Amino acid sequence: MENLVYIALFAPFVSSMFAALFGMSPKQTYVGIIASMLLFVSFASSVTLAFTIYTTGTPIHVTMMEWISAGDLTIPFGFLVDQISVTMMTVVTLVSTVVHIYSIGYMDHDKSFNRFFSYLSAFVFSMMILVMSDNFAGLFIGWEGVGVCSWLLIGFWYHKADKTREENPSISPSWAANEAFIVNRIADLGMLVGLFILYWNVGSLQYDVVFAELPNLSGSVLNAAAIALFIGAMGKSAQFPLHTWLTDAMEGPTPVSALIHAATMVTAGVFLVIRANPLFGMEEVAGVSFFIASLGTFVAFYAASMALVERDLKRIIAYSTLSQLGYMFAAAGLGAYWIALFHLAAHAFFKALLFLGGGNVMHAMHDELDIFKMGGLKKVMRGTWLYMGIASIALAGLPIFAGFYSKDAIIETAFNEGTYLLWFMLVLTAGMTAFYSFRQIFLSFHGEERYKAFGFHPHEMYKFVLVAMSPLAALAISAGWFMDDFKEFVYKGIPEYEMSHHTHHIAWLLGLLVVVVALSGIILAYYKYARTGAKAFKRDEKVEESFIYKLLKNQYYVPKFYEEFLTKPYAMISEKLWTTVDMKIVDASVDGIAKFLYKTGDSSRKMQTGNLSHYLNWMAVGSVALLLVAAISAMLG
Amino acid sequence: MYEIVAFYLFSVLTIGLFLVTVLSKNVLYAMTSLAAGMVLISGFFFILGADFLGVVQLVVYVGAIMALYSFAMMFFDATRDIKEKNTNPALVFILGGLSAFVLVLMFAAPIHSDAIVALYPMHDGIGNAQDVGMVLFTKYLIPFEVAALMLLVAMISGIILAGKKMDLSLTEDTSADDEIMTKKDEK
Amino acid sequence: MIGLSHYLIVSALIFSIGLVGVLRRRNLLMLFFATEVMLNAVNIAFAAISHYYNDLTGQMFAFFIIAIAASEVAVGLGLLILLYKKYGSLDLDDLANMKG
Repeated sequence: MENLVYIALFAPFVSSMFAALFGMSPKQTYVGIIASMLLFVSFASSVTLAFTIYTTGTPIHVTMMEWISAGDLTIPFGFLVDQISVTMMTVVTLVSTVVHIYSIGYMDHDKSFNRFFSYLSAFVFSMMILVMSDNFAGLFIGWEGVGVCSWLLIGFWYHKADKTREENPSISPSWAANEAFIVNRIADLGMLVGLFILYWNVGSLQYDVVFAELPNLSGSVLNAAAIALFIGAMGKSAQFPLHTWLTDAMEGPTPVSALIHAATMVTAGVFLVIRANPLFGMEEVAGVSFFIASLGTFVAFYAASMALVERDLKRIIAYSTLSQLGYMFAAAGLGAYWIALFHLAAHAFFKALLFLGGGNVMHAMHDELDIFKMGGLKKVMRGTWLYMGIASIALAGLPIFAGFYSKDAIIETAFNEGTYLLWFMLVLTAGMTAFYSFRQIFLSFHGEERYKAFGFHPHEMYKFVLVAMSPLAALAISAGWFMDDFKEFVYKGIPEYEMSHHTHHIAWLLGLLVVVVALSGIILAYYKYARTGAKAFKRDEKVEESFIYKLLKNQYYVPKFYEEFLTKPYAMISEKLWTTVDMKIVDASVDGIAKFLYKTGDSSRKMQTGNLSHYLNWMAVGSVALLLVAAISAMLG
Repeated sequence: MYEIVAFYLFSVLTIGLFLVTVLSKNVLYAMTSLAAGMVLISGFFFILGADFLGVVQLVVYVGAIMALYSFAMMFFDATRDIKEKNTNPALVFILGGLSAFVLVLMFAAPIHSDAIVALYPMHDGIGNAQDVGMVLFTKYLIPFEVAALMLLVAMISGIILAGKKMDLSLTEDTSADDEIMTKKDEK
Repeated sequence: MIGLSHYLIVSALIFSIGLVGVLRRRNLLMLFFATEVMLNAVNIAFAAISHYYNDLTGQMFAFFIIAIAASEVAVGLGLLILLYKKYGSLDLDDLANMKG
């Protein structure tokens, strides 16, 4: 079993290194194929491990080597494969295998094809370290590793020029990459503080040691650690107010958005909360947990509201990701960790599918993302339409599909906990989710064929790409059917959470309510966007001029606010410091030293007359001076 | 008593002779006074009981080195006075005077150290030459051999350096003079 | 009574005379003479110290200095002759061609 752990972990690493060998050379298709195969090996190992743990019920704990050993600090390079991490491993490797295969088709015409695979596999490796580590330090390494890979991949098309915010809300890939990286640094500082607090008070970063020690710590320490760790999770999972980077991250290639900014990396924050459930589940930090739940609910609603008016295909999906992350945090904050984990897994499947389908559309439309310029694509892209339809239904949470089970469970949890406001918000958001996801489907695949006016000739994606996407589609439909098995499986590693009798009793009613809300959202979307002919969708100037539309369109002016009140003042201060402190004090003193030496050299150059006699004279001067020094020091000492 | 007399006599004479060496315009005078000074220095060595060193001083310096100088002199025109632009006398006076002053000051100061222990002590009853021989061929054998090798190398190089164009006289042969003059003109 | 200091002072004076020679003269041959003077000054100091501390080491050093002086003169004079053949002068002011 130990070998399987290492294979699962290092196969992506080997893949990355292999692709890196060809990083600078022109496209080699076999690089993509070998990378995908190695990823599949990793996936197969993960599944085997999952099965083993399912049957035996005992986590596998391996220690590869001593990593840091300094004084009292010992951090081994250890890996823990338990119910939580094996779930993550399976999800991550499955989605990344599909995305790797997908990328062979999607990045077909890109000149940096090999480099792309190197980055993508490096990301998977970092993510595996993140989820498999048996201590917070390893988790942090993986955490930073995925951050770096995310930066590399968002900025993959770094050569694209900057545009204004009005023209392109995310300005340029390199700008978006830097934004993502910097925002995550802010959050990572919080996470580091959390790790320091834990280390100071416990003396170790191993999960088992830390969690065993938690009951002996004071309430304030626990609260501080929980808050600090959650700040880290907020950054990685793009929770308000650190959410702006996620939508801008859509500047990266679509497979990246599917893998990193929907299915895996952004869920790392949720994973952290689930992983640290002994901490977040304590009585003392109930306040923090409730805050997490409230913030999650707020973000779910907030992101969904922005998605209502968005026109950019990928940004709509990004908002929905944000919104679903909010759901996960709501569940985790309310103590239903296994539901959060389940929603995480189910969401990974249908969201990746949705993104990959979006990538197909984008590929077909020559990188045009404005859904107002699409419409009626169903005719030419039947397979993609089917996939995106499945994913959207799953996202909207209609029965039988995956999203229904997991999302319904979260909404039920909110009801069960007696937090009716959260429950109401989540139900409302479910309706909005159904509306905007079908708005996007109807606008792009149904209705009038608006793209013809713009001279596009859409075509379907390669067959093998569509085939590769099928496992995700299957899981988007069926993942929810295994909810009870999953519950039984993770209960061995996660605190149990069951609905009360009362809730259980009216569960069907609650579920029905959600479905009705979702259905009404879909029907509304249909009437508004899907019809053709005289009743076809037309843009309404009056609505687009209204305050609320503008507010939503501009993302509540949050990016604007950041720019005006954070970025610009910071740039101003930096410039002031640069021109005054750096140039006039630091640089000037360094230059002064250099100038002084230069002048000394220049003036003492005159000694070098070329006449040996003069040199001898100078030598005599020197030796007499030394003699004097010796005499004086002898006299003094 | 005779030691005091000898010391002061030698001191005054050496200093005087060396001053002549340094200040004289004539190479021949300078060399002669240098040779005389060397002889007197060997006198110091005899006073100090370093008989062997004194003999070596006489043989090597006065015998070999001065002979070498006088032979070398034959290549140059020794009868002419040297015309040279001497360095600013003030500088010479200040630097030379200062160094002399400081050195004298340092050496005149009493030496405070009881820790000085003889590494290779001299023995009473045995002659200085024997004593020196014992140490030189036991403790200093390798440096001695290296010095011998060095002298050999120096000898060969001296012969080679001076031996080129030995057939040309630089002082008497007019053609050689012409050669020199043309070279000077070229400069 | 003549003590160590006397010898050392004589040695210092002779050394300074040599230094004056080095400073003052421009003729290479005279510079050689000045160097010999300085070397001899040091030899006196060595012999004196050897005598007053009853230690042979000083004399040993004096020997080696004499050996070095001998080889220096042999090589140096060879070079001087070469120089003289080439430039017809031993004056350093005439030989100053090291200016960069």
